[in-house]
Amino acid sequence: MVNTEKILKFLGKKIVRFIILLIFVILLSFILIDLSPINPVKTYISNVIISADQIAKLEAYWGVNEPITSKMVNWLGNVVKGDLGTSLIFRIPVIDVIKERFTASLVLMITSWLFSGVLGFLLGVIAGFKKDTIIDKAIKVYCYILQSAPAFWIALVMLMVFSIYLGWFPSGLGVPIGSLSENVTFWEWLNRLILPMVTLSIVGVASITLYTRDKLIEVMNSDYFLFAKARGERGWNLITRHGIRNILLPAITLQFLGFSELFGGAVLVEQIFTYPGIGQAAVSAGLRSDVPLLLGIVIFSAIFVYCGNLIADILYNFVDPRIKEGEEDG
Amino acid sequence: MVNSKKSYNPLSRMNLRQKTLLTIGLSVLILVLVVISSLFINSSDITTNFKIMNQPPSFEHLFGTDWMGRDMFTRTLKGLGLSVQIGAGASILSSIIAIAMALMGSINKYLDSLMSWLIDLFLSIPHILLIILISIGLGGGAFGVTMGVAFTHWTTLARVLRADIKQINTSDYVKLSERFGKSRLWIARHHILPLIVTQIIVGTILIFPHAIMHEASVTFLGFGLSPHEPAIGIILSESMKYLATGDWWLALFPGLALLILVLLFDIAGENIKKLLDPTSANE
Repeated sequence: MVNTEKILKFLGKKIVRFIILLIFVILLSFILIDLSPINPVKTYISNVIISADQIAKLEAYWGVNEPITSKMVNWLGNVVKGDLGTSLIFRIPVIDVIKERFTASLVLMITSWLFSGVLGFLLGVIAGFKKDTIIDKAIKVYCYILQSAPAFWIALVMLMVFSIYLGWFPSGLGVPIGSLSENVTFWEWLNRLILPMVTLSIVGVASITLYTRDKLIEVMNSDYFLFAKARGERGWNLITRHGIRNILLPAITLQFLGFSELFGGAVLVEQIFTYPGIGQAAVSAGLRSDVPLLLGIVIFSAIFVYCGNLIADILYNFVDPRIKEGEEDG
Repeated sequence: MVNSKKSYNPLSRMNLRQKTLLTIGLSVLILVLVVISSLFINSSDITTNFKIMNQPPSFEHLFGTDWMGRDMFTRTLKGLGLSVQIGAGASILSSIIAIAMALMGSINKYLDSLMSWLIDLFLSIPHILLIILISIGLGGGAFGVTMGVAFTHWTTLARVLRADIKQINTSDYVKLSERFGKSRLWIARHHILPLIVTQIIVGTILIFPHAIMHEASVTFLGFGLSPHEPAIGIILSESMKYLATGDWWLALFPGLALLILVLLFDIAGENIKKLLDPTSANE
């Protein structure tokens, strides 16, 4: 059985480590933003004409001219209380923007993550099983090309083919123009999700396929595989009993480690399909110097990536029976 | 070989080494050609000509023309050259960071864990977001993007070098040198550096494709090079506006060209790795 106490200890250590890491992530991004020529007051007043006196007041309110240390202390103090500030472009609390956007993004990311994982694994198993045949070569070439293709270009091509040339899907936006997001039917919403999801999945397939293929070939060269063959097992049965059982867990672990790439892909894909997710919010926050929102997104993206790494770690350390046995004295 | 039938195909008569060398030669040749030809294109050659606006690809304009009548092929070529330059800057810089980190990690245990922690820190924010942050922080432009890409791509190479250095440090000849009273610096220069040089070269070349792709992505999002520069990211983000009117060539060819460029770097890197790494020599 899995040792609960050990997992708790492991988790505790991980969480402490994460909090320290997060503090430095915040520090790093804070310094970077402070270095930049971004001026939140300019964003806030945008095109409204106000007097220099009022600008000075606003600057004092935002603390533009304060030293970085006191700015950071103020901001951190608020963050601990759960207040991430107010977004300058959406004019609502950052936490609300992130909540709304992150849910939309999570739907997109998780569905494409599952889809690319299953598809990539299957392709990898097929390629490994049919090693050196034309099928294997086709899958390999496909993966190499995908790995070298910029994600945003694939998204552009998909948009061009499916929404403009074929007209199957709407070309963007999370909701049809002119309707409120609450009134959108499930099908309308799904219709707009499919294209970004498929694009993001296609982009994510390559690494998992190549990994699975290599691992399967490794297993197929092993002695126990040879012995199983000698016993008369063959075909698909042989692969499922000896191949997939051995490579499934590492593949899942790898897929969890890919959360960072997934997020990066989502940023680009959301931008092209104008899907109202966290990535799109990050880009507009960056372009229009919405400092509180940008910092909030950085924090949440770091948490997201860390969750992936943590799950991968747990799978690796506690679920994998081969590693569990070796860990006893550790 | 399994099929020992006599073949008249010159490719199948070559051995693996020759094939590898040929692949490297060809891909490097194409890359050099791209860079050189892009250097010969002056910005003034990309003239606007409103008589030939939005023309689909033809023999005269291989990649078509854009809404200002500029030849897309010339623009793409110039953009690829720019990509390679920024990619070169970023990969070399990130290799230098990786080497410095790995050397720092080899000094003592504390610095070693500091280095692994730094790697964790840089991996904990999604790459794109970190590049955007660094690029904003340094005021954007070519400098910002190059730095952003450089500071996000050193981690893989640093890990590889760290493992290698650790292994070399436990070897007998290093221990012997230590007994002889040689300084750490002497050992680093005479024992460690010659052994990791191939890793550094291969690592730098393999950072290239990622660097180029990330530069294009960030520029596409609007954080990188300024809009008047002929970068691929700029070309593609401009093409977004003309997609709805059916000008498919504006997006298709520049992206395809970038893909081929990235693929060539990947192929060259992997083959150089094969050539330099003695463990894969007997494949």
